[in-house]
Amino acid sequence: MKMILFFYIAAIIGASILLHQEPKLEESIQRGAEIYADFCVTCHMGNGEGVPYTFPPLAKSDYLMNNREASIKGIKYGQQGELTVNGIVYNNIMDQLGLEDEEIADVMNYILNSWGNSSDQMVTLEEVQAVTK
Amino acid sequence: MKKSIVYIYLIVVTLNFSCAQDAENEVGTPSNIPFTAELLIDELQIPWGMTFLPDGSMLVTEKSGELIHFKNGEKIAISNVPSIYARGQGGLMDVVLHPNYSDNGWVYFSYASEEGSEKGGHTVITRARLQDNSLQDIEVLYKATPNTTKGQHFGSRIVFDDEGYLYFSIGERGARDVNPQDLTRDGGKIYRLFDDGRIPEDNPFVSTAGAKTAIYSYGHRNPQGLTKHPETGRIWDHEHGPKGGDEINIVEKGANYGWPLITYGINYSGTPITDKTEMEGMNQPIHYWVPSIAPSGMAFVTSDKYKGWKGSLLVGSLAFQYLERLTLQGSKVTNREKLMGDLGRVRNVRQGTDGLIYVAIEGKGIYKLVPKD
Repeated sequence: MKMILFFYIAAIIGASILLHQEPKLEESIQRGAEIYADFCVTCHMGNGEGVPYTFPPLAKSDYLMNNREASIKGIKYGQQGELTVNGIVYNNIMDQLGLEDEEIADVMNYILNSWGNSSDQMVTLEEVQAVTK
Repeated sequence: MKKSIVYIYLIVVTLNFSCAQDAENEVGTPSNIPFTAELLIDELQIPWGMTFLPDGSMLVTEKSGELIHFKNGEKIAISNVPSIYARGQGGLMDVVLHPNYSDNGWVYFSYASEEGSEKGGHTVITRARLQDNSLQDIEVLYKATPNTTKGQHFGSRIVFDDEGYLYFSIGERGARDVNPQDLTRDGGKIYRLFDDGRIPEDNPFVSTAGAKTAIYSYGHRNPQGLTKHPETGRIWDHEHGPKGGDEINIVEKGANYGWPLITYGINYSGTPITDKTEMEGMNQPIHYWVPSIAPSGMAFVTSDKYKGWKGSLLVGSLAFQYLERLTLQGSKVTNREKLMGDLGRVRNVRQGTDGLIYVAIEGKGIYKLVPKD
């Protein structure tokens, strides 16, 4: 009986966190879509498919999904040099974009939840602020 | 049996012809390369603009905001560079000398600036003199308004014509339905000024109510190539299309180049922007690229240094990372050639005062094309 009660409470708390987060995540993704269209689409393309051997894909990208902090860092400070994405080695340069931390969180949430990507954990402003050079 | 083979042959041949892409849009790789690429200035990030001083040294802009004087093999950082709005495609961009630089010392710059009351930034054209490794006598000649936090389409190429007029491009700043067709707004335009920033009395829209009178032509998207034709003296531009539809245009006074009402491109998502590629009262490009090469930097070859190159047009490709040489007959593109593949995004190309070609590649630096003889 105690166990059941424990799970019940845990489930309620879990659901309330999820439900509370979802509209926030949804809004962040929507803002992120706009940032994506302004800053990212010219290289990473409309469906996050990138350009093989030139600009790495974001859609179903193993690098993006497994390297959350490094991805935030790349957007925040720019990126240069070799990078392996889905088995292809890229060696290019992404300029520092000049985005605000809030915008970086939004665009991260957008790319983590688009084109077949999905992530349970929302990227927050605090998380972006914590990433340093 | 024999007949059917002939039929199949004919069908295959016909199919091949009907599917063949317009030869204009095919780029070939030449077997005879008349140069060796030598890395002259290394370790540059995004060398956006470059120009050649009379003493053989060079000025190079880094998009991040550094101005470099490259002299005797050394990079000297120039101080007192105006504050740059480094966001998206904006930063410190082109650098060009006054045609009479030796007499007056004026250097012209374009950059993205936050100046103004609204949040964000927009393109600025400024001139200054170089003194003791510092910029002096800075004069802002044009500041586009209003600022916006959009990250794209600052344009920013600068060129002088034979009469000494100053031309520059400003892209539509990510507001394609608002700016390019509206003469009262900045963006999506090519502008013409006197060298000191005054507006010529015969600019095409000086008597149009509410118009920005510096405008020379409109309906552009994002021109990042602007150069003077060596024989006709006319100004040519190239501009980024959306997905497909990059263009080369000959800039005419008061002309409308149609963006976004006509285009050979589509949205990045694949949906159409318009089904129209031409409309009355709007100029057609002399060439368009599908798919987009993402052109940046533009130079005519006027020297005899490279066999067979004189009169052709060089254009950098950011998307496909190569230098393109277009052979021209008058204003018709007759051949396209891919050079310097796989080195990186080609941001700029200029012919130096020594007649040699210099190519700026992102993440690498400035290459000098040393002729083979």
